[in-house]
Amino acid sequence: MSVGNTAAPAPLANMGEPIRRSESVAKVTGRLVYAADAPGQSPLQAYFLTSAIARGRVLSIDAAPAEALDGVVKVYTHLNAPRRIATPYTQKGGYASDTNMPLTGPEIHHDGQIIAMVIAETYEIARDASHRIVTRYDATTPAATIDSPGVDILHPDALAEKEKKAGDFAAALAAAPVKVEGVYSTPAQHQNAIELYSTTASWSAGELTIHEPSQFVVELANGAAAMMGIDPSKVHVVNPYMGGAFGGKGFMTQRTALVAGAARELARPVRNVVTRDQGFTLATYRSETKHHVRLAADHDGRLLAYGHESWEMQSRHDDYPLAGFGVTTAMYGKPAILTRVNLVKADRQTSGFMRAPVEMPYMYPLESAMDELAFALDMDPIELRRVNDIRESPIDGARFTSRSLMRCYDEAAASFGWSKRDPTPGSMREGDWLIGYGCATAGYPTHMAPATARVTLSADGSARVEVAGHDSGQGTYTALGQVAARELGIDPERVHVAMGDSRLPAAPASSNSLATASIGSAVKLAIDKLRSRFGNALPDDRDRSAAFARLGVSEIGDLGEFLPPGTNPEVLGMLRKGQVPFANQARGDESKNGKPLMFAFGAEFVEVRIHRLTREIRVPRMTGAFAAGRIVNPRTARSQLMGGMIWGMSSALLEATEIDEKRGRYVNDSLGEYLMAVNADVPRVDVIMVPEEDPEVNPLGVKGIGELGIVGTAAAVANAVHHATGKRIRDLPIVMDKLLA
Amino acid sequence: MRPFAYERPTDAATAVALASVPASAHVTAPVQYKGGGTTLIDLMKLDVMQPTTVVDITAIDDEAMHRIVPSDEGLRIGSLVTMAKLHADPSVVRDYPLLTESLWQAASQQLRNMARLGGNVLQRTRCLYFRDTSYDQCNKRVPGSGCAALDGSNRGHAVLGTSDQCIALYPGDWAPALVALDARVEVLGRTGKRLIAFADLHRLPGTTPHIETSLSPGELITAFIVPGGPRRRSLYRKIRDRESYAFANASAAVAIELDGRTLRDVRIGLGGVATIPWRAHRAEGMLRGQELTEANARAAAEAEFGDARTREHNGYKVVLGKATMVRALLDAQAMEVPR
Repeated sequence: MSVGNTAAPAPLANMGEPIRRSESVAKVTGRLVYAADAPGQSPLQAYFLTSAIARGRVLSIDAAPAEALDGVVKVYTHLNAPRRIATPYTQKGGYASDTNMPLTGPEIHHDGQIIAMVIAETYEIARDASHRIVTRYDATTPAATIDSPGVDILHPDALAEKEKKAGDFAAALAAAPVKVEGVYSTPAQHQNAIELYSTTASWSAGELTIHEPSQFVVELANGAAAMMGIDPSKVHVVNPYMGGAFGGKGFMTQRTALVAGAARELARPVRNVVTRDQGFTLATYRSETKHHVRLAADHDGRLLAYGHESWEMQSRHDDYPLAGFGVTTAMYGKPAILTRVNLVKADRQTSGFMRAPVEMPYMYPLESAMDELAFALDMDPIELRRVNDIRESPIDGARFTSRSLMRCYDEAAASFGWSKRDPTPGSMREGDWLIGYGCATAGYPTHMAPATARVTLSADGSARVEVAGHDSGQGTYTALGQVAARELGIDPERVHVAMGDSRLPAAPASSNSLATASIGSAVKLAIDKLRSRFGNALPDDRDRSAAFARLGVSEIGDLGEFLPPGTNPEVLGMLRKGQVPFANQARGDESKNGKPLMFAFGAEFVEVRIHRLTREIRVPRMTGAFAAGRIVNPRTARSQLMGGMIWGMSSALLEATEIDEKRGRYVNDSLGEYLMAVNADVPRVDVIMVPEEDPEVNPLGVKGIGELGIVGTAAAVANAVHHATGKRIRDLPIVMDKLLA
Repeated sequence: MRPFAYERPTDAATAVALASVPASAHVTAPVQYKGGGTTLIDLMKLDVMQPTTVVDITAIDDEAMHRIVPSDEGLRIGSLVTMAKLHADPSVVRDYPLLTESLWQAASQQLRNMARLGGNVLQRTRCLYFRDTSYDQCNKRVPGSGCAALDGSNRGHAVLGTSDQCIALYPGDWAPALVALDARVEVLGRTGKRLIAFADLHRLPGTTPHIETSLSPGELITAFIVPGGPRRRSLYRKIRDRESYAFANASAAVAIELDGRTLRDVRIGLGGVATIPWRAHRAEGMLRGQELTEANARAAAEAEFGDARTREHNGYKVVLGKATMVRALLDAQAMEVPR
């Protein structure tokens, strides 16, 4: 049974109430205070000057014309930069999302690297001054794309564990009767949250307060302390609300310490707001990938071989490998498998999180290849998935805690009207418009991270949840309030949730779609402890005041500490230091030591219309069905899934950071030129939530949904384009150029 | 943004007097007119334009510059009319669909509420190398410095009317409609008014891409005069990557008159493919007096793009430009035209 297309779908089995987001009215009436709006200060303004070349050296930098302007306080360059201490890369025990530390020397390692920082009394003066700085460069030819001469292609041993293998791939491929093979690519993309990146730093009696949008305030506080050379207890990060993050605000960038260092030296608060174009080079992003995929099957569609080699764009100085084979090999059948990942080291900034960072680029080629295989077999693409639906991993036989992929396909297909599809490409038309239907699988591992949370219950029946978590717009405040209310047996309106403050109990990064599952589990554990204080039954409205009177308190609080199964207690210590236990993670797509695989699944269907003459592509409707364990709030869940599908469609057709290959520079670095879908591009999106119970994944039975919706959409669009035109476009985005060629 | 003097005269003559200061290029002229400011202010923030004086013309108290007046000779449109106002005028919507559709498909409602038509036709190129001063090479911005787009990222650059000094695209939507209709521009200068053909307003880049129009320093567009009409069998087809709020990959403004299937008159303006608003004279010449069929339209489009010069990333614009012209003509033929 499906849920209708309304903002607040009625809950089905194992779903909570579709209540409104607790901050929604304040948000849409402009009353929420974001980091760069933090009141009560009159900070100096910092404006960055960034490099006009992608590789080389600054020969000279003349700041005198800038310093001569009234209102300019200071111009920092590599010759006089604020003192900072380098911190290692996040995946190497440090706190930096990109270890290229600006203003430490004349070398330039990528386009748009910070080469000066102007501090002035107003933003306008600082920006004007930055334009007056005269820089001379010694430029070297950069290598900035996967195929550029001069890149280094690495195959690190450290990634061997992620390179999944099974059986004899070469033999299975050679013997198979039906084969498809293709080279696919995904472009560089940038998060482009509407709220710009910013940092406001102020010092008082040796203590540093930072207002900065962050998906990981505990990491930011510890990282800033490390770079400033002070004790982490002396840093306070405050960031209750964000206007979107999408991974770009994940780990600390080099900007924070530059701004904090200037504030310390000048003994005044300093604020920096990164401009839209600077945001393209002063944060991490989704880098481009290339894939060579081979699939082989018998005549009934049963997979016999799956080969996948990938190339991922990297900076010279850090490795952010994706190697998404844990996800792709958990999808289908029991083929022989051979995978390999290559890191392409180039003159670029370090890449990082962006919605479904691993799954987006890896599921696109797999799901496109599956469609190509279905076409080669003359088989319905849904039936190909059904023939290859599995209960256990083809790598090691690990089971899934739950898997509702085909139920998602069946519900979505029925709702979408898949049975009306004539499978012959180019056969469906309306007037001058070619019509195509396409589908693809969405899959996202159920990851978990250690988390802590304090829950305090008052005699008046209200409660407080305190955790250094984050809400970048997805509804975490509301979801955690609902989790606590359900466990406490009170109305969600009586629960106050406090987040976005590094001094609250430590929480993991809001990433990997794990916040509700992990923090929610800590909330549940805290309430379990509270319950034990009351003789294993929380008092209800009638006996609450008496029960509190017996304990002699007006409120009672406890700390919940959630340790994901299979991880050791040290990870809680790492959490409090703002570190991710990369070597000891509870990943849904890893099944070692007998751990089962944990995944949420979905099926996405897309209709495209393509004009026969001009070949522009429009998407009048999309349908997605998803099964993700317990749905805490169907309203916010629907928004998340729908937003993911829209972004997925947008990434298939529009979103790409264009790179001037000769100069190694991003050129379309504005919202006017970096196109993403607008309302007119999204006439109709139907989201179906398929009830699913999985008590095994975590104490709440919750799987992550933040990133699920975007996975698979791009392939569904590409498959629909093939159905409409007979043309298989393997390089995203699918712009009209490629259909006109 | 660099500090500048801000003037807000209430009469056109004062504005012209303020702005009549010698200048060697349009972009670097020290005095700039500001209508809605939707291009100028952006470019000032980007430091591309650094005027020392900005003359805000929106307060000019000249009724004729703010009004739309239909007459027997055609349509007179004041240059201070906003984009939104023209496409909200029912008689223009009925009689000149190409003039209003082209505006409706441009920018966003917020921008259309601000932007004036005089400024709209003068909107500057979106060339990424022009708009970013960190690139040393741009002959339009810094004459003689070279053109980074020639071997750079040029998917959005022109294929018609280019030179080896500049391939910057003219980005506007309304101008192709005006050029198709043989519109004239009324210009006020220090010595009085003059009329110029709209087709002569924009200049091909040639060896002087920094000279963008035939306007002398201080000359102010006061009105557009669209002769003839009504042009009810007319439309604007804009093809773009996304459905709204995007510049044209290619566009065609067409106005035709049919005698059965025969084209008694045909006018075609092209956008999104050329360095200036492009009148498709060659295609018109081949089609006039002929039957409007897809094959004839295609042949005319082939001829029109016969001299197109492509670069690494914009070859598709030739294919798309032709397809857009064909589609616009066929759609105009199929239009239900009110009597």
